[in-house]
Amino acid sequence: MPAVSKGDGMRGLAVFISDIRNCKSKEAEIKRINKELANIRSKFKGDKALDGYSKKKYVCKLLFIFLLGHDIDFGHMEAVNLLSSNKYTEKQIGYLFISVLVNSNSDLISLINNAIKNDLSSRNPTFMNLALHCIANVGSREMAEAFAAEVPRILVAGDTMDSVKQSAALCLLRLNRTSPDLVPMGEWTTRVVHLLNDQHLGVVTAATSLITTLAQKSPEDFKTSVSLAVARLSRIVSSASTDLQDYTYYFVAAPWLSVKLLRLLQCYPPPEDGAIRGRLTECLETILNKAQEPPKSKKVQHSNAKNAVLFEAISLIIHHDSEPTLLVRACNQLGQFLQHRETNLRYLALESMCTLASSEFSHEAVKTHIETVINALKSERDVSVRQRAVDLLYAMCDRSNAKQIVAEMLSYLETADYSIREEIVLKVAILAEKYAVDYTWYVDTILNLIRFAGDYVSDEVWYRVIQIVINRDEVQGYAAKTVFEALQAPACHENLVKVGGYILGEFGNLIAGDSRSSPLIQFDLLHSKFHLCSVPTRALLLSAYIKFINLFPEVKGTIQEVLRSDSQLRNADVELQQRAVEYLRLSCIASTDILATVLEEMPPFPERESSILAKLKRKKGPGNLHLDLDENRKERSVNGGTADHSSTTSNAKAPMPPQASAVPVLRSAGPLFQVFASPTTSTDLLGLGSTIATQNSAPPASKGASLLVDVFSGNTAAFPVETPVAVGPVADENFSRFVCKNNGVLYENQLLQIGLKSEFRQNLGRMYVFFGNKTSTQFMNFAASVVCQDALQAQLNVHAKPADPTVDGGAQLQQILNIECVSDFVDAPVLNIQFRYGGTLQNIAVKLPITLNKFFQPTEMTSLDFFQRWKQLGAPQQEVQNIFKARHSMDIEVTKAKIMGFGAALLDGVDPNPFNFVGAGVIHTKTTQVGCLLRLEPNTQAQMYRLTLRTSRGTVSQRLCDLLSEQF
Amino acid sequence: ITFLTLNFLSSPAIQIRFILIQNRAGKTRLAKWYMQFDDDEKQKLIEEVHAVVTVRDAKHTNFVEVRLYACLSCLQFRNFKIIYRRYAGLYFCICVDVTDNNLAYLEGIHNFVEVLNEYFHNVCELDLVFNFYKVYTVVDEMFLAGEIRETSQTKVLKQLLMLQSLE
Repeated sequence: MPAVSKGDGMRGLAVFISDIRNCKSKEAEIKRINKELANIRSKFKGDKALDGYSKKKYVCKLLFIFLLGHDIDFGHMEAVNLLSSNKYTEKQIGYLFISVLVNSNSDLISLINNAIKNDLSSRNPTFMNLALHCIANVGSREMAEAFAAEVPRILVAGDTMDSVKQSAALCLLRLNRTSPDLVPMGEWTTRVVHLLNDQHLGVVTAATSLITTLAQKSPEDFKTSVSLAVARLSRIVSSASTDLQDYTYYFVAAPWLSVKLLRLLQCYPPPEDGAIRGRLTECLETILNKAQEPPKSKKVQHSNAKNAVLFEAISLIIHHDSEPTLLVRACNQLGQFLQHRETNLRYLALESMCTLASSEFSHEAVKTHIETVINALKSERDVSVRQRAVDLLYAMCDRSNAKQIVAEMLSYLETADYSIREEIVLKVAILAEKYAVDYTWYVDTILNLIRFAGDYVSDEVWYRVIQIVINRDEVQGYAAKTVFEALQAPACHENLVKVGGYILGEFGNLIAGDSRSSPLIQFDLLHSKFHLCSVPTRALLLSAYIKFINLFPEVKGTIQEVLRSDSQLRNADVELQQRAVEYLRLSCIASTDILATVLEEMPPFPERESSILAKLKRKKGPGNLHLDLDENRKERSVNGGTADHSSTTSNAKAPMPPQASAVPVLRSAGPLFQVFASPTTSTDLLGLGSTIATQNSAPPASKGASLLVDVFSGNTAAFPVETPVAVGPVADENFSRFVCKNNGVLYENQLLQIGLKSEFRQNLGRMYVFFGNKTSTQFMNFAASVVCQDALQAQLNVHAKPADPTVDGGAQLQQILNIECVSDFVDAPVLNIQFRYGGTLQNIAVKLPITLNKFFQPTEMTSLDFFQRWKQLGAPQQEVQNIFKARHSMDIEVTKAKIMGFGAALLDGVDPNPFNFVGAGVIHTKTTQVGCLLRLEPNTQAQMYRLTLRTSRGTVSQRLCDLLSEQF
Repeated sequence: ITFLTLNFLSSPAIQIRFILIQNRAGKTRLAKWYMQFDDDEKQKLIEEVHAVVTVRDAKHTNFVEVRLYACLSCLQFRNFKIIYRRYAGLYFCICVDVTDNNLAYLEGIHNFVEVLNEYFHNVCELDLVFNFYKVYTVVDEMFLAGEIRETSQTKVLKQLLMLQSLE
């Protein structure tokens, strides 16, 4: 075979490249290049017409200069001229220059397209391929416009050469990717599918890629490809190792084509036709069998090619998740690889086993490899392999092995790479909660997390431990004792101080009987950490101190002394100063009863949402909604008796469900303190920042509120009671705040506060409206009614239960509204309130935040399902898109919370861009159910968002898009 | 404003994002891009790939997951994997989606290298430098539009020799 000599054909080019290589410095190189550029420029401008060879040579030099990283601002025209040459070498350089250097908006595009058109119709396969490769490489919209009709024609024409078909198939694939709207399906689609039967395996290889991409977008149109792909695969895997000649690679028959066919089959569920299904199963068995045969070559190429096919076959087996025997065999095969001497195979086996662990058929089989995986965690040299081991341990964890796995992860954490610590912390926290039977174990685990990797413990984790301790009486004493002991360490992490402060503030009394942890010792211990902590932690500690005053009257003096000190009362930080002032004043002025009310123990955090989700999952039968494997398995374990408290998280990337990240603020105190908090500070006492506070609405003011009003205002007559409230327009200032949440204060004026608490299930909802009389005078003739105007009457039924006609001063009246969504709707009902106060009739009208998204039911789905549905909802009226400026800071966690609050399931790992958000759900109305997909793309640089909604009803898409756009 | 240029729908498809050949010093010997990147992004990618690949040794896998800037509006980045193989002083790297088949691309690299070796008769780094414009032809024969086009070495070499014989 003749070898190619250096730069043959273009001596001048070889000399130039040698010169550049010989340059001793960057400066010398630039000098040489400038000289050459001047030379080429003068040649191009010269009077003498250049021959094709010279033109080719100079264009090639320019290309070389460009590839070295220098700008080229001329020569494009000469390159375009080369396209119309009759000589292959000249044409090739011309096309290469165009592909590398010409961008799509060049004004030369029409000339280029013209040359391409000529070559496509030249019937010369070499020229046709050059043209097709150019289109495939550039792939611009202009080219798609010009050739989207021509390329399919070439692809399916009977007389097209095989090599041209290969290029045409992939060229079409490129055009379909960049401009799908310009490549409509046509009669060519059926003929493309039949390329799977082509004699030439190169054509089949190219066509399979094209069909896979098209099938992902419109699976229905390419359904027939399944049987053809199975047939082709079957012929390949059953062939003798030399049958396929050119396509046998190190004794493996057509490995790349096999992989592609197996990928194509992953676009579809298992074949329904029994015969095809049987044949496919046979193929998969054959592939698994071959893995057990002795290798036909010792070369790594042989085993790599063979295993490429094997891993793809296992992916398909997992994708189908329907053949228990195959799944278990796959697992055993991977088990062997776990101990293979090749790092690549160990890595891939761990990765693949992770997905196997989530199938109910193979979960147990995966678990048998636990010791090997733990060993990998300890001994692998490559951090990415260790990371896969962590993933796998997480995936195989269940009640039976949780303690072992959590212990191993904890001990690994001490030496783990910094890059993966946070992830491990989250995983441990999730597992510890999910499989906790004994909550003392849970508390120990989380405290160990903070001890070993405090910096990597995110807020969600320590919020969660506090929520759990507050909700579970049996663990409170133990938690108090444990944090007390942990705080004894001379240097402890600030997160531990936070947890310690919070827990002792709530439950310090439970260990105060022991003289070693008397109130004063507890306080001294906490306060010894105070000066080393950041402002938010100090703020939290101040709240703990005021709680101590309530718990332990005997330390009141000591604490007041601390609060009174200059370092507190005159602290430069306004939040700390304010807390010190207010807490000191509160402790001096309020009676023991009031203190006890204000500072009473935190009520349990609601687990309502969590239980609703669990219920939804139980409802979702396999025939009803596609659940991903992981969900199915969890479902089983829930029914099998996992703690009812199990996290609803489906994978590690969405570590905390919304209800888990709710901040444990002093809830009962929250709304009370706003009475005397300055308007600029947040009502969130622990100073945890408003980001998370938005998720956690305060319950409507309770009776305690008015008590406090009394204490501090002292005189209710301060309200301008004589001023009648004008009958104004419908109030809707707070309306949009309720789109993503269900509870909070809807309306407030000097007389009245209206709070809401609501819950929705399917197409039904119930709303509790709390009318708080802020005055000390009774409201008379109180009446509240709900009005649905115009079209809304038929779309939404709201039934208000009658309520008392009087509301005493300082009291609260509750009214229940029952809601039924009949069909999708846009407007909101209005709540009309009338009452007589001090002889004046008051009229208030407020827009009730009953919005379409309240009837969302979240739907978890896999990436594949999501894409399939997304494509199915591709009609123009089904999609609504909005691009808008961010109104709030673009915080990822807040955004996540809002999307979940909006009602959709937040799907992690579906969008290839981790900064985008993808959600799915079903809107339930009485008449119909509407599947909804949404996607939010933030652009932090531009401070913009793009929101896309796709649902089966245009009106729903529009309404949801409008509602959600307002939220960011 | 510019948003992610990646086509959301096309992303689960098998697709090579780019192919790079670099030497140990980080000099690029071939860069073939199958996605739109601007020049700065290309330079950044080249540097990042060099940085992650050259620190690895034989005990490591041939795969590296990396977070790369994926498009024009620079804060958009996502996970890809680089599948690479070292031949003497040259690193052959292919960037694909994290869900793609590692071993298929690993052997895809080797298949490509064997073709280069035949075509240039014991290929060395200098062949790639002096014949850079021919290397692009070899690539286009074997990989097109980010997909594997032809895997038969016989067929590719036959085609290359036929082209070689043309003027």
